[in-house]
Amino acid sequence: MDFKLLGLKAGIEIHQQLDTKEKLFCRCPTQLRNVDERSKEIQRYLRATVSEMGTIDRAAEEEMKQMRLFRYYAYDTTCLVENDDEPPTPMNEEALEIALTIAKLLSMSPINQVHIMRKMVIDGSNTSGFQRTALIAMNGIIGDTCRIESLCLEEEAAQRVTDETFSLDRLGIPLVEITTAPCMHTPEEVKEVAGYIGMILRSTGRVKRGLGTIRQDVNISIREGARIEIKGVQELDLIPEVVSREVQRQVNLLAIRDELISRGAKVPDEGLDVTDLFRETKSKVLRKSPCIIAATLKGFGGIIGREIQPGRRLGSEMSDYAKKCGVGGIFHTDELPAYGVTEEEVHALRERSAAGDGDCVVIVSGTREQAICAIRQVFKRATMAFEGVPEETRKMLPEGSSAYMRPLPGAARMYPETDVLPIGITTEMMEEITLPELLTERAARFTEELGIDEALARQIAYSDRLPLFERAVEAGIKPSLAARTLLSTMRELSRDGVDCSGIPDDTILDLLSRVAEGTVVKEGLPDILRTLAGGAALDAAVTSVGPTFSVTDLEEIVERVVQERGDFIRERGKAALGPVMGVVMKEVRGRIDGQIVADVLKRSIEKVL
Amino acid sequence: MITGDLVKCSLKGEIIEGVYITERDGMAVIKLGSGYNIGIPPSQVEYIEKSEQIPIAETTVIQNQALPELAIISTGGTIASSVDYRTGAVTSRSNADEIIRAIPRLATIGRFRTRQPFTILSENMKPSMWVDLARTIHDEIEEGAAGVIVTHGTDTMAYSASAVSFMLDTPVPVIFVGSQRSADRPSSDNAMNALCSAAVASADLGEVGVCMHGTVNDDYCAVHRATRVRKMHTSRRDAFQSIGASPIATISYPELEISTGADAIRRSSRELALFDRMEERCGLLSFYPGMDPAILEFYSSYRGLVIAGTGLGHISTMLMDGIRECISNGTTIIMTSQCLHGRVCDRVYDTGRDLLAAGVIEGEDMLPETALVKLMWVLGQTDDQEEISRMMKENLKGEIQRRSAYGL
Repeated sequence: MDFKLLGLKAGIEIHQQLDTKEKLFCRCPTQLRNVDERSKEIQRYLRATVSEMGTIDRAAEEEMKQMRLFRYYAYDTTCLVENDDEPPTPMNEEALEIALTIAKLLSMSPINQVHIMRKMVIDGSNTSGFQRTALIAMNGIIGDTCRIESLCLEEEAAQRVTDETFSLDRLGIPLVEITTAPCMHTPEEVKEVAGYIGMILRSTGRVKRGLGTIRQDVNISIREGARIEIKGVQELDLIPEVVSREVQRQVNLLAIRDELISRGAKVPDEGLDVTDLFRETKSKVLRKSPCIIAATLKGFGGIIGREIQPGRRLGSEMSDYAKKCGVGGIFHTDELPAYGVTEEEVHALRERSAAGDGDCVVIVSGTREQAICAIRQVFKRATMAFEGVPEETRKMLPEGSSAYMRPLPGAARMYPETDVLPIGITTEMMEEITLPELLTERAARFTEELGIDEALARQIAYSDRLPLFERAVEAGIKPSLAARTLLSTMRELSRDGVDCSGIPDDTILDLLSRVAEGTVVKEGLPDILRTLAGGAALDAAVTSVGPTFSVTDLEEIVERVVQERGDFIRERGKAALGPVMGVVMKEVRGRIDGQIVADVLKRSIEKVL
Repeated sequence: MITGDLVKCSLKGEIIEGVYITERDGMAVIKLGSGYNIGIPPSQVEYIEKSEQIPIAETTVIQNQALPELAIISTGGTIASSVDYRTGAVTSRSNADEIIRAIPRLATIGRFRTRQPFTILSENMKPSMWVDLARTIHDEIEEGAAGVIVTHGTDTMAYSASAVSFMLDTPVPVIFVGSQRSADRPSSDNAMNALCSAAVASADLGEVGVCMHGTVNDDYCAVHRATRVRKMHTSRRDAFQSIGASPIATISYPELEISTGADAIRRSSRELALFDRMEERCGLLSFYPGMDPAILEFYSSYRGLVIAGTGLGHISTMLMDGIRECISNGTTIIMTSQCLHGRVCDRVYDTGRDLLAAGVIEGEDMLPETALVKLMWVLGQTDDQEEISRMMKENLKGEIQRRSAYGL
C-alpha cells in the first residue's frame, strides 16, 4: 500500500502510569492487587446526565442501551474515594511534578492555571461515572516534523475483571496522556514516535514499568476515510500492523460504499418477526431465543460477508453494534447455511423476507426488546456504510485487527471537577525542575565511559535494573559483569521460569561483590540466582551451589576423568575435548571458571596423546 | 467578555480558539475545543464574537392522570440537574417537567406538581423556614396530594424533617430526600433516592420520613422516622441512619418494592392538622471537659437549652451554679447524651441527681438535635412549665421510645 498516496494521517496518544507513592486524588498506595485479596464488593448503576443542549454524549448514550449493574472489588489498599463515597483530595503534588518534568523534556508550555475536569465515562470503569483529568501543558515538539498537542494528567480507570466487574486497585493511579498531532504518514513512523516518547517517559525513572503500565491509542485516517481511534495497543512492535490493517479496513469500506451506491442498495425501516421459522432448528442459539427478527438489506448480498481486514467482515462491524443491545451477535445469509442453520431454513427465511439474489438477510435473536434494539443497530451501521467510514473508538484485537467499541466521544462530556481547586503553575516551579539524563544519552555514556558495547549499553539503559547497575558500577564491580548478570543471565533464567524480580537489589549487589573479590566464581551465578529466587538467603544459596574449587582440586578430577576415558581420547584425538569437557563440567559446574577447566583439560588430553 | 463568548488565546505564539467561561484568581478561564478548561492571563485572550445560542431541544412531558398525585417541594437540595457542556455549568432542576426529563421513570410512579418555597444551602436553614416549609406541605396535602416529597440538602435535613414532624399531623407520607453525591455525576445517588421516595410517597404510610440509600450499594433505600434519623457520615451514600430504631420502610431497587415495618404509621391514621409556632430562642450545647461556666450566662436569657452531656447525661459540677441560674431565669433545660445511642439517666450518680434537683429534664433516648427541635416546638405551644415538662417527656412523634430494644 502506498500510504502517502492514500493520504494516511496518524497520531498517537500515549498513556503512561506514574510511579508515585500515592494515587492522584486520594492517599492510597499505587499498588496493584490480586483479585483474591479483595475485602469488599460494592454494586452500582451509572446513568448519563442530560446536558444543557438536551443531548447526552453519543458515546455515553451507546453505553446506556442497557441498564447495567456494575460490581466493584475493594481492597485494604483502596478507600472511599475509589468507591466514589468521598470527595477527592487535592491533586498529588508528586504526580504533578513528574508531569511537568515530562512536559519540560518535550519542550512544552505549561498551562498557567490548571483546571481539573470530569470526563464522562459510563462503561463502568470509573465508579463516579467520570474520569478526572487536567490539561497540564501544550505545544511540544518531537523530531523535526512532529508536534505534541497536549499533556494531560489523569486518573487511571478501574481494571475490568469480567464484563461488568471491575477491580478498584488500579483506579486513581496517576497517568500522563500525551497526544501528538496527526503528523505521521507511515506505519513505521508511528512506531518510531511512540518509541521515542516511551524513551522520554522512562528517562524520568519515575514511571511504572511492566505489562499494562503503558498503553498506546492510535488515531488513523485516510483521505475520504474518517478518524478512528484504536485503543489499547500495548506492544510497540504491533503498531505498524495495527496502522496498516486500519488503512486496509478504510480502503475496503470506501470500496463498499461505492459499490452499495452503484447497486442502489437500501436499508429497510423495519424488521420482520421470524421466530416461528426456527422452532425446530439445530442452531441452539436460535432455538432457545424468545424472539428472532429478520431484515432484508437490498443490494447488500455478498457485501456483508466480505472481508475488510484479516478476520473481520462488514458483518462483524454490524455484529459489534448489535451487541450493545445485549445480544450475542448476528447471523446473515452471506455466511449461511452454517452454525446449525440448514439450507432449507435459509431458503424459508429468504422467501419470507422476500429477498432477491443480490440481497442479504440479517437475523438477530434475544428477548423481543433486545432483538428490536439489535436490528435497529444493524440498520444504523448499514446506513453508515453508504458514507464510508464512521468515526469510531475501536479496540485492538490480538493480531492487530480491531473491533468497534463506541462512537468517538464528542466534546459534550467534559465539565469542571468542582471538588478540586485549580492549581497555578509558576515560572519558578518550572525552573526548579532538573531534567533527567535521557536514556539515549545514558547508553552513549555507558559505551564511552565504561566501554560496554553499544547494544548492551542500550539494553542496560532501558532496563528496569538500571539503578542497580549504576550502584554496582559505583561499588567497583566490572560493568560488563554487572550488565551481563542483570540482563543476559536473568533473562535466560526467566526463560526457564525463574523469576528474579523478587531478589532484593542489595542481595544482588552483595553477590556481585563476592564475584569481584573472587570468593564466588561467575559460573556459579545462574545457580545461585535460581536458589535466591526460590527465597534462600545469600550465604545459604552460595553454599548450596558448593564450595569453590582450587585448580589442584580440578586437576585431580580431570586426571581421573581422562584416565577413565583413555581409549576414547586416543581414538578421537583432539576432537575428544568437547565431549570430555561436558563430563568434567557436570561435576564442577558453577564452582570454577569454565575457561580454566578447558585449559587444564586440554593440557591433560595432550599429555595422553 | 461574558460567559459563552468565543475568544482567541495565544499560547507561546500558538493561537487557539475557545469559549470564555469566567475569571478566577486573576486568570481568564477558557474552555478549549477538546473540552478542557485552562486558566491563562487575561492579556492573552482576545474577544472574537458572541457565541450562537443553541436552542434547547426539550421533549414534551406527558403525565399519566391515572397515577397518584404527588407534590415535590424543593428547598435547594439537588434531586435533578443538568450540565451545560459548553460552559461546564451545572444547573439544578426543580420544575416537574425538568425533573421528569432527568429521571424519566418518575412518570411511571405518579403525576407530579412542584413548589419551591425557597432555595438555599441546607446549612443556611432557619427555624422560620421550617415553619414556611410545614405550611407549604400542609397546603399541598389540603389540595389533595397523595404524598409529598421534599428535596433538601443533606446537612440539616434531619432537623427539618424532625421540625415538620412536630408541626404537622399528616395523613399521607411526607418524604424528605436528598443526595450525598452530586446529581451531575453519573454515579449520583439522586435518581435512585428520588425514585424510591416517589414510590414510598404513594405508599401506605402516614408520617414524616427521610428516604436515602440503605447501603453503599444501589440495592435499596431506607425510610427513617424523621425524629430518629441522623446524618452519621460526611460523604457516604448510606450516611443517614436510624439511631436506636429500625427504618420504618425499605424500598428495593430497581424493583421499587416496598416493605413497611410493623410500627410504621399507616396512611390516613391521622387527621391533617398544623401547629406552626416555634420558639427560636433555644440552644444546643455540647459539654466538654473544662467548659467555661461563663458560657451558660449567655443562655440564661434563652427560653430553652438542650445539653448534650457525657455518658448517662452529665456535665461538670463547676457548671451547676450556672444551670440553677438559667432555670431560675425561666430557661427550660433538657439533658441528652453525646453517646447518641442509649438513654439518659440522671439518677445513677450524684452529678445527675443534682441536675434533676436543679430542675433539668431528662431527655430520655431523644437525639440531641431532635430534642432541640422539639423544645422549640413545645415552647411555641405553651408557656406552662408543668405542661412543657410533661410534653418534653412524652413521646409525640416517635422521638422517644419507652423501651430500649436490644439489637438496634
